[in-house]
Amino acid sequence: MAWAKRVLTIAAAGIASAVAVTPAEAAASARTHVVVIAKMKYGAVPTVRVGDTIVWVNKDILRHTATARDRSFDVDLAPSASAKTVIRHGGAVPFYCRFHPGMKGQINVAGK
Amino acid sequence: MISRFTLCAAAATFALSAAAAAHAAPPPNDAQIAHIAYTAGQIDVAAGKQALAKSHNKAVRSFAQVMVRDHNAVNDQALALVKKLGVTPQANGTSASLAAAAKRKARELSMLKGAAFDRAYVRNEVAYHRTVNGALSGTLIPNAHNAELKGLLETGLSLFREHQMHAEQLAKSVR
Repeated sequence: MAWAKRVLTIAAAGIASAVAVTPAEAAASARTHVVVIAKMKYGAVPTVRVGDTIVWVNKDILRHTATARDRSFDVDLAPSASAKTVIRHGGAVPFYCRFHPGMKGQINVAGK
Repeated sequence: MISRFTLCAAAATFALSAAAAAHAAPPPNDAQIAHIAYTAGQIDVAAGKQALAKSHNKAVRSFAQVMVRDHNAVNDQALALVKKLGVTPQANGTSASLAAAAKRKARELSMLKGAAFDRAYVRNEVAYHRTVNGALSGTLIPNAHNAELKGLLETGLSLFREHQMHAEQLAKSVR
């Protein structure tokens, strides 16, 4: 029974660390950034980290998308609509509007 | 090359005659400017609908859908603005000649099919946006008195410049 108790304790500790530590770390570091689209332009995009969320807010009178060149995200926004993208990988992610290919931006993702 | 040169020359001639006419005629007032801008938008909505009825090219259809949606959106804003300002858009010679030229072009395009239609539609979109953008930056925006009207025209100009670039890119793929 002693071994079983020890195994259980270790397992419980493992679960505790998995449940308590990792999400706590993520919650502490993950941030939400707002990028406003207005007058045919994307607003400034701050440097983000993997796990961060970008909230795209379309304040233009026109429908737009924010579409990653690598297709890691593609949000389609009616006027006044907003949508969220969670950044899943690092590096530079150029994006554009599928309806207005002249509209371009880039997200720089710090870390890996 | 010859056809592209002819097209450029035709567009240049049109722009020049429009500029000459602008010199001779008194500058348009806000009610006339609103009418011209609205008419120009309606013309491109109609052209987009014609393309959606005739074209089977995916890229051309996507472009036409954007034209219909964007020009309708800007015109809706224009209507809301003139209502708010209590301005009644005023018919004028520039609007009439834009509408007459568009009618001729629509008839010409209606006789074409397939790739020939796609090429002609997209080329005309390039030339048309160039002409309208020239009129916006050279005549309509400088003469607009109301700040909100001027602002909407400026928003329109940045949109239509993007449309022109989009059409120029598309023209390379359908030639």
